Amino acid sequence: MMIKINISSNVIGEPILAESIIETRTALNISQAHFDSTYGEIIAEVETDDFKAIRQALESKGAKVTVLDHPIVRDEEDCVECGACISVCPSHVFSFDDEWGIAQDIEKCIQCGTCIKMCPHRALSLEK
Amino acid sequence: MVEKSIEEINRKINEGNVNVVTAEEMVGIVGEVGAKEAAKEVDVVTTGTFGAMCSSGVWLNFGHPEPPMKMNKVFLNGVEAYSGVAAVDAFIGAGQLSETEGFDYGGAHVIEDLIRGKSIDLHATSYGTDCYPRKTLDTTLNIYDLNQAIMINPRNGYQKYNVATNGINRTIYTYMGSLLPNYGNVTYSGAGVLSPLSNDPDYQTIGVGTPIFLGGTKGHIIGEGTQHSPETNFGTLMLRGDLKDMSADYIRAANFHEYGTSLYVGMGVPIPILNEQLAQSTAVTDKDVVTNVLDYGVPSRDRPVIRKVNYEELRSGSIEINGKDTPTSSMSSFKKSREIAEELKKWVSAGEFFVNSPSQRLPAKATCKPMRQTTRNPLVQDIMARDVVIIDENATFHEAAKMIMENTFSHLPVVSDDGKLAGIVTAWDISKAVAETGCNYVKDIMTKRVLTSNATDPIDIAARNLDMKEVSAMPVIDNDRYVIGIITSNDISKLFARRR
Ligand code: SF4
Ligand code: SF4
Repeated sequence: MMIKINISSNVIGEPILAESIIETRTALNISQAHFDSTYGEIIAEVETDDFKAIRQALESKGAKVTVLDHPIVRDEEDCVECGACISVCPSHVFSFDDEWGIAQDIEKCIQCGTCIKMCPHRALSLEK
Repeated sequence: MVEKSIEEINRKINEGNVNVVTAEEMVGIVGEVGAKEAAKEVDVVTTGTFGAMCSSGVWLNFGHPEPPMKMNKVFLNGVEAYSGVAAVDAFIGAGQLSETEGFDYGGAHVIEDLIRGKSIDLHATSYGTDCYPRKTLDTTLNIYDLNQAIMINPRNGYQKYNVATNGINRTIYTYMGSLLPNYGNVTYSGAGVLSPLSNDPDYQTIGVGTPIFLGGTKGHIIGEGTQHSPETNFGTLMLRGDLKDMSADYIRAANFHEYGTSLYVGMGVPIPILNEQLAQSTAVTDKDVVTNVLDYGVPSRDRPVIRKVNYEELRSGSIEINGKDTPTSSMSSFKKSREIAEELKKWVSAGEFFVNSPSQRLPAKATCKPMRQTTRNPLVQDIMARDVVIIDENATFHEAAKMIMENTFSHLPVVSDDGKLAGIVTAWDISKAVAETGCNYVKDIMTKRVLTSNATDPIDIAARNLDMKEVSAMPVIDNDRYVIGIITSNDISKLFARRR
């Protein structure tokens, strides 16, 4: 399953991710990571059986863990099929079809949320 | 020589035997039979575009309240509309942000809500006069309650537009969308082959009074747009249309993350094919429309040109930048542009829409000048502290603490053996070092990724960097990373306070 780990400024300097991985012996498959001096956000895949343990480890060290269980949803009413979302998606979920409409390969979505900020028409969301 | 008149074409429209094609179809026709034959065959070519037109707004007339009022400040759903004109008129601009909701809601949303027939809260204030005694007003109204709702786009239908990318190492958020670090993506706007002005670049048929498709209804070109710059192939149009007849299929509010609101406007111009030359110019292809890729990472009016590119390359999905395949995104909808060209074609074919010769041609000679600035923008070197105290990375934190105490600085740039900037320490880093054990040297406790500034950077840019990274000081370095000064948010606040 996909999870999002948020690390806030007061613990950003600490190696809490590494510690949690070692402590719980969990393999985290990290697909996106953004860090700056004030904030960290990681998107990773984890085996469902390991989820509870790693969440506990991370949260006890001050991180916030959210389960991402919905791939991107595109509201067809709001979408004007501009294609702005195409170039920012790291997983190439969006493309133009033959008629210059938007085609999407939802399976590939890693739920990083990058396209949500890009869409000028607020047509994308990760909630159901 | 083929010569047709507007009257001839309109007669055909009236009789129902006019031959209308879209600008996309015209490419094939001219390719097959040549411009001369095409000029005989085709009477009207339709164009279309659907993209962000920040330069859009609507003139509203509310009717007079009782007792009457000269509205000085007008807010529609919390978005200020300009009302420095007569008593009950106001202009709501697409880019104006809500006073309470900020980036989430703006003038563009008010406009879309009006088209959709939704109720809008009007709040107005005034100073009160003998003829207009009322001082405040609150009411709820919708588009049908207004006397007029006239859309005016001071600048629309750009002949073509610059392409955006970003060379710096963080994502930037612009009116061209999110631009990923290190040339991670490219965004562009405009309809290329369908772009109205690219299909009649000499403005033979496009001018004052040209009837157009605007927002799903008939509108008009009322002149050249602001920043009209035909000499650089950046011509623009000023448009007018009745909002009451428009449709939310073709007028959509937009939010650009961390930038603001804008309005997507659907617009199309019919081009009567009066001669061979027009047949040729309407055969323009995506390949023929060439523009510049600019580095929006450079926050200056004169952004560096990374390369030239045409719309065919842009529409292929990726272009090469510095040897790398870079994905492209369109900010305007080609699908919608096509829909508009098709719709307009239908209107003309059905005898519901006629062509016109402009009552005045658009200026063919003009360029867009930069602003004349009579006060010099201060640079970092004008206010930075030059007597900066630096510390060696091999010094102990005790020495650093002493230096900070003696000099009453709260930031010390740290240099390595070769004298170049290696990091920065603050009083806070030192306190932390005291609390922890094992960090004895400055190099153990300093922040290594230092935000720096150049002496010749404008102050506004330094201020924004400090603000965004939430730091309070930046070492100023030269090209070899030697520290030549330091600039603090305090210096900047003082400067801005003086300016006001
Ligand atoms: S950016 Fe938004 S509006 Fe544009 S195609 Fe993607 S989902 Fe649709
Ligand atoms: S959230 Fe959006 S950008 Fe991220 S992978 Fe999914 S579709 Fe692509």
